[in-house]
Amino acid sequence: MNEMSNKWIGQSTIRPDGAEKVTGRAEFAADTNMPGMIWGSVLRSPHAHARIVSIDTSKAEAHPGVKAVVTAQDIVDFPVDTPVPLGIQDMRWMCRNIMAREKVLFHGHPLAAVAATSEAIAAEACKLIEMEYEVLPWVIEIEDAIKPDAPILHEYLEHDGKPSNITGTLEHKLGDVEEGFAQADVIIERSFTTRPVHQGYIEPHACLVSVAADGKTTIWSSSQGQFMVRAMTAMLTDMPQSDIRAIPAEIGGGFGGKTIVYLEPVATMLSKKSGRPVKMVMSREDVMRASGPTSGSMSTVKIGATKDGQIVAAEGTFYLQAGALPGSPIRGAAGCGFAPYNIPNVHSVGIDVVSNRSKVAAYRAPGAPIGAFAVESVLDEVAEALNIDPLELRLRHAAREGTKAAHGPTYPLIGFVETIEAAIEHPHYKAPLGKHQGRGVASGFWFNAGGESSAQVNITEDGNVVVTTGHPDIGGSRAAIANVAAELLGIDYRRVSVLIGDTATVGYSNLTGGSRVLFASAMAVTDSAGQVITTLCERAAKIWDIDPDAVTWEDGEARPAGDNAGQFEPLSLADIAAQATQTGGPIGHGAQLNTTGAQGGFATHICDVEVDMDLGIVKVLRYTSFQDVGRAVHPAYVEGQMQGGVAQGIGWALNEEYIFDKDGHVDNPGFLDYRMPVCSDLPMLDAVMIEVPNPAHPQGVRGVGEVPLVPALAAIANAVHNALGLRFSSLPMSPPKVLAALEMPEAAE
Amino acid sequence: MAKLHVSTTINGEPTEFLCEPYETMLDVLRDGLGLTGSKEGCGSGDCGACSITLDNRLVCSCLMLAAEAEGHEINTIEGMAKGENLQPLQQKFLEMAALQCGICTPGMLVAAKSLLEHNPNPTETEVRYWLAGNLCRCTGYDKIVRAVMDTAEEMRGAAQ
Repeated sequence: MNEMSNKWIGQSTIRPDGAEKVTGRAEFAADTNMPGMIWGSVLRSPHAHARIVSIDTSKAEAHPGVKAVVTAQDIVDFPVDTPVPLGIQDMRWMCRNIMAREKVLFHGHPLAAVAATSEAIAAEACKLIEMEYEVLPWVIEIEDAIKPDAPILHEYLEHDGKPSNITGTLEHKLGDVEEGFAQADVIIERSFTTRPVHQGYIEPHACLVSVAADGKTTIWSSSQGQFMVRAMTAMLTDMPQSDIRAIPAEIGGGFGGKTIVYLEPVATMLSKKSGRPVKMVMSREDVMRASGPTSGSMSTVKIGATKDGQIVAAEGTFYLQAGALPGSPIRGAAGCGFAPYNIPNVHSVGIDVVSNRSKVAAYRAPGAPIGAFAVESVLDEVAEALNIDPLELRLRHAAREGTKAAHGPTYPLIGFVETIEAAIEHPHYKAPLGKHQGRGVASGFWFNAGGESSAQVNITEDGNVVVTTGHPDIGGSRAAIANVAAELLGIDYRRVSVLIGDTATVGYSNLTGGSRVLFASAMAVTDSAGQVITTLCERAAKIWDIDPDAVTWEDGEARPAGDNAGQFEPLSLADIAAQATQTGGPIGHGAQLNTTGAQGGFATHICDVEVDMDLGIVKVLRYTSFQDVGRAVHPAYVEGQMQGGVAQGIGWALNEEYIFDKDGHVDNPGFLDYRMPVCSDLPMLDAVMIEVPNPAHPQGVRGVGEVPLVPALAAIANAVHNALGLRFSSLPMSPPKVLAALEMPEAAE
Repeated sequence: MAKLHVSTTINGEPTEFLCEPYETMLDVLRDGLGLTGSKEGCGSGDCGACSITLDNRLVCSCLMLAAEAEGHEINTIEGMAKGENLQPLQQKFLEMAALQCGICTPGMLVAAKSLLEHNPNPTETEVRYWLAGNLCRCTGYDKIVRAVMDTAEEMRGAAQ
């Protein structure tokens, strides 16, 4: 890490996009319009599982106002026998997810789309499409999908030599668990289930696509990666990427759910066929039926310890729902669950299971909260069995620099121990509790990520700064980037404008996801700003007619490096910019990097709950999260990530779940019945930032966005256990389930 | 059926528009009048992202028929700042980082402004219940509640 005055890094500055957002002027995808624009609507499957016998779109095409109809025939088919990876996705599944092919695999699966002069006409015309189906038996839950006689979704996918709904496995091993368990005096083994939960972004998916007569295509859409939108749309519509300009609209929340496309390739084909710009916006019901969520799970965790409190072995099996097409976050569940601890013998297995529900998408630390819920619940029981304070047990086994993790790495400098120590010392941990109240703790880990990032730093003619990066800003990253650039250039942050470029104006940048944006983009900005400073010093040297090495950049101005360099009045950014044309031309540099050195994120949570014994409502009374944030470049938005992650965890633990009816349809596809936390459900969410800077990053950044969700499910479940003496191994701990368990403790399982 | 002609006042400006009988106020604001600050998160009155005021009453514009605006006074997020001067809640939301993605922010601000007009000295619980109809998935509401409470205190100070 370089030495810096840190005038701006660590300041909660005003975000560059703030004034537009508080006045309603910020342009989200659904706010965009174009001359001649028409509307697209999607026909969705009424069945959970059916073979498509025929589709007749002729009546829809003839309907007045209809300009184009698209079916799977218009989308590139990637045959099922050859994997076509794009990032962590496989285009075989993506092409079948955006438009059903051969079979419909879930209720709400897109079958066709219509573009018409109004949204109402497009929706009406969808109803004129004549479908013939052969309805098939369907399966929703994991335990049903893995039965030997379960309806098979994909006959060509085999497990153990026969067609199966198990579509992938992953295994991590460290040491020898059998030997480990042989040494154990206490062994606790428990099984857990969690329900699929939706990312819950308030902005439904939306896009506007214009395919011009020469094929040049412009896409405005809400996504976590304009380059992902470009790549997937190009592949699914058979267009060269150079013909597509994907413009990132402001994104109204994503949490992982907008790392894939649903509408863009469909709108592109509708625009191509109709010759008109096409706008598509999902309804909330479409969002709930056909996008996201994250996996439901079924897992078993076994942990063994000696009677003097040493954990000697841990084993976990995690079945995760992938939805209708393969690809659940088994890596997060199997990899992150045991990752916070130094345990000599670990065996962790993840199993991917398909069933007739919408294909899962990433959700904040994908899979990790599922793993942590099981592991941290069992750890709580181990601590109880050994009569050790649960934080003390975690502290004794906390991973630190040099610990070998079962999922592969040997940790560099990390700040997990510090989070537990801070929790133990915090007044919250010692505060008294009342009747029907309980306290729980849990810890968690997320990998974090680096990868591709591009940035351009340009000096304006009047000596101010424009920074362009390539990652959609989902939670305030532009504000943090302004701090970094201001710090490096030694100027006021208000002189730095930070923009998110589109695919034609900035170099390739990978997704906003994995807690990578500030880590990676700050590296690209640091590189670019370094080059800019070198140029600024060269220009000053030219003006002064001295050697460039004799110039330094300090506090936003060029100065002679010492007495030997000569006596010159410092030149400000504005002075140098004013003479740029005479000294060599415009000043600006870019960097395109594949960043490395991202290091894991760790957190420890304390949660207090109170249970209403008459209504079964679990109320979170107090919540404090402790996280190693590396360096909090913009502390308010780091806290915001911590608080937002905790709130999502509270929803997951206490209320959120999909309810399916007897026909395999989601019965609660709206915000009234799919119950996310509202303002009156929550207390203040205290966030304690612990800074153990990442030595591999110029500003010490670690990712901060994802780990705040990871411990929450277990912290809340452990608090409920502490309050009631009942251990809920099945989420959510919703009022009906809590009431049932109060009457009959087995109902908690 | 012919479109309906509606005369109303939006953000202080006399406004006329034509609408279908089934169109919502949100549809007309966004698609007819270009006032896209009000957002559609659900279309069923559950998320509050489309919050506006109708004669100083807080409503979800997705649940209001556009024709109901006839003769009434509508205020939206676009009318909240006066020229370059942000309304105190808008300023406080920026200073206290009470928004992340910003999609709920217009509705949240309209609802919070309405709260402070009805109750200039709300308790934390009163703020939380008033805003319970405005979903935010990013912030956990912590900074939003603090920003509203702080603004209320400042506005009370300024009024004295």
